[in-house]
Formats: sequence, structure tokens, C-alpha cells
Amino acid sequence: MAFWKFGKKKAAPGSASADRGLLVFENTSEVIRAESVLKEHGWTVRVMGPPPELRTGCDLVIEFPLIEELNAIRLLEQAGASLPLSVVPVNSPLLTPVDLFQVKDFGDWIMVRAANMKLTVEKASRTIVNISGGGCPDVPYLGVRLIGKTLEDAPHPRDVGHTLCGYALALAFEEMRRQCSQ
Amino acid sequence: MLAIVGTIPDPGVDILDGPVVRRGQAMFVEEQAVDTDRGTPALLASALAACEFLGLDVPHALLVGDEGLGHGSRNLYRHLSEVLPGRNYTTMAYHYLQPDTDWHDRVLLAMQSMATMPKIVADAGFMYAAKMSGQSGVYDLFTPDAGELAFLADPDAPHPFYTRGFILHDDQDVPARIAEAYEHGNSARCLLVKGGTDRVAQNGRVLYTVNGTRPGSDSPMEAASMKAVEAMEAMGGTGDTITGMAAALMESGMAAPEAAHVAAQANRVAGDIARPTPASQIHELIQHIPAALDRVMKQAG
Repeated sequence: MAFWKFGKKKAAPGSASADRGLLVFENTSEVIRAESVLKEHGWTVRVMGPPPELRTGCDLVIEFPLIEELNAIRLLEQAGASLPLSVVPVNSPLLTPVDLFQVKDFGDWIMVRAANMKLTVEKASRTIVNISGGGCPDVPYLGVRLIGKTLEDAPHPRDVGHTLCGYALALAFEEMRRQCSQ
Repeated sequence: MLAIVGTIPDPGVDILDGPVVRRGQAMFVEEQAVDTDRGTPALLASALAACEFLGLDVPHALLVGDEGLGHGSRNLYRHLSEVLPGRNYTTMAYHYLQPDTDWHDRVLLAMQSMATMPKIVADAGFMYAAKMSGQSGVYDLFTPDAGELAFLADPDAPHPFYTRGFILHDDQDVPARIAEAYEHGNSARCLLVKGGTDRVAQNGRVLYTVNGTRPGSDSPMEAASMKAVEAMEAMGGTGDTITGMAAALMESGMAAPEAAHVAAQANRVAGDIARPTPASQIHELIQHIPAALDRVMKQAG
């Protein structure tokens, strides 16, 4: 682990650390374009060689703040840049996102959980009544944007969330739409 | 004095640094109204209710607007690193903040520069940053749910979304994950794992379980009101209320394990009184916290 302790030399700004991720692209030109887009938007990113565990993609990757994965992907989309083949944590590139779902029927309400995020809808009106779980600051923001709106009227969490918690809520939102269309 | 640190979901709000003020059912910090139902104000309102019940000073709030881009969080981190060495908080609870290990470490250093190091509680994003910085052992109490516990137990996980052995259900894995979190040095000195069964652990060992249906539980309040209120699983903020109460109880002088135990029980009692549905909002539970604490603390003697 690359954790540093007090009293020891502090990691240089932007260096690999536990809260950073890697954007893995297919070729170098995509890396260069993505780096430009992210830097233009004020991001602190770094182009570097991929860790040996990664056997896909080109010979360069972009290091970025992993928590803001959803925001980074959206910026690249909006700029018309290529999207990464994968997004992985720096310290453990083989870790994959949690893809577990849980559906709980409360009678008049239904709750869908995706990883650490839960979304609850009133069945009759298809209105989002609660969002819970997750520790990123866009969770309460997503609550403000989504609660009280129907599944049709609410913005997609993928469009208004910014973090990994927002990403997980987007998965729950899509699963909820699937559940409610059955 | 107890200080509560975190974010509110309005990016237009600059740093708020002042005591929380109650006016009727509304809560204000530096004349800014804060919505109890969204974000750190749920924890703040719970702590305020508990402090009022316990006869303590009202909590001091350090809040900032942040919609998840992290700008507000980083401003607040910077503010904390500047002002904390001159403050005299005795307990601090950190909550929704954009996880950032570098800023976490600067804030921790500022706390260590205070005349007396406060007791520190961490939940949500700041707990993620504490774990990733390798400094968990400095903390007095973490309050994860089962999924966050799996994140603490996995030494390589950078976030609960990237966690091996992620726990969805409140199952038998929890005690093993508690032991792993301690083994890897990724736990606070005390852990309160929130779920269908709440567990309070210290040094890797479960000291208390709170579950109204669990035979052999050592909870002093094994009654119907101790059963998990199912609808609370869907409600946003039901974990925040436990953390807020635990912080207030620690501020009153109670040791972290006992504070966590009382808070977990009182949360269930408040839920039992409130009778929420999955559509209920957290303020409906918070208003019953004084009565719930009264019942739990009287029965505990």
C-alpha cells in the first residue's frame, strides 16, 4: 500500500495515492485528447505508464481522483472525446465495481439497492420518495434533485451526480425503471 | 464543545462556522437555514436534540455547500486546517465531505495541533478518507453500515463501490469483517456497524449487539422497541441520526462503546415511536430523539 504516515515524507501532489484512479484508453491519441479535456476543466491529472496488472489498453493511462469518476466520464462525453475502456483504482487495478443489486418490496413502495446506494419509489405514483446510503456529498444533492419527482420526470443520476455514489445510484435508478416497467 | 463538520447540498453556500440555532422546527447556522432532511444537517439536528436532552451546549457547526464536485469540501478542509489549532472542541464529528486523503491529513494535523486533541467521530466521506490515509487508529469512533464495513475490511478498496466481499445484507459476515478491519489497521478504536443488527466493537471484538429478535443479545433493552423498524432501511439519514447521538453522548463524557450502544438503541426506539413508512423523511424521527434517549438511559440505569 502506498499510504503515508505523519512524520514521513509526504507524497508529492498528484502522485499515486489511495484515492486516485486510472482511465484506461484504447490508444495514445485518446489519452492525449482526454488529458487536454480534463486539464481544460481544471482537473489535476497525470499521464503515466499503466501498472503491470493491466493487460488491456495502450501504454499510457491517466491518473485522476477516482471518487469523481462519474464527473470525469461526463466531461469527456460532453467534449466528444473517446470514453475509457475501463476505470480502475491505482492501488489495486484488478478491483472491479460492485455490481450487486437487491430489491425489497414494502407493499406500497419498492426499494432497489445497487452497491451502497438505495432508491425507494411509491409504486402507484412512481414517485421517488427516498434516497439513502453512500457517503459522497452528491448523495444529499441527488436527494434534492430526485425526491418528489416521478421516475419519468426525475433527472437521471448519471446526468446530475458526480461521484462513485452517484454512479451507484444511477445503476439503482436504471434497475428501478426496469422493475417498474414489468 | 461538540463540533459537527460536513456539507449541505447547495453549492452556493459558502463556509458556515457557528453554533446551530433552533427556531421552532427550523435550524440555522450563521442565519443560513439548513434543511434537516438533506445531508449533514440530519446528523447536526440529531446531535442538537441529544445535546438539548443531555443539558450540553448546542453543537458548533462547520458546514459548506457541495453538490459532489468537491469544491466546497476542499474550501472547508482549508478552513479547518487554518482555524482548528486555535479552537477548543472536545468532540468532533466529521460527515459528508469529498474524500481527499491529502486534505484529510492536513486537517488531522491541525487537530493534533489543538491544545487538547478532541475525541473524533467519522462517518461517510470523511471516514473513507481516514481509512485511505492509513490513519484510522487515531479515531475514536467510526459508524459504517455493512457495505462500508466491507470497505474498511478490504485493505485495497479505495471506496465502497470498489470493494471485494461487499456486504448487501446484514449477515453472519459482519463479525468477521469487523475483525479484518482491525487486523488491517483500518478501524477506529471503536466501531458501530449499523444495520438490521447493530454491533458495537472495540479492538476487533463485538461488545454489544442491538437486535430485538436476537437470542442472547446483551442489550439491556430487549423489547419490541428494539426490533429494527423495516421502513427505516429506505429512509435517508437514519444512520446519520445514530452518529449524531453517539457524538453528543461522547461529549457528555460517555465512553465511545457505551455512547454507540445507547445511540443505536435510541435510534430504534425513536423509529418505534415515529412509526415511519418508506416515504418518511428523517425529521419525523429526529423529533422523537429526546424521548427515545430518555427511555433508553432510564432503562440502562
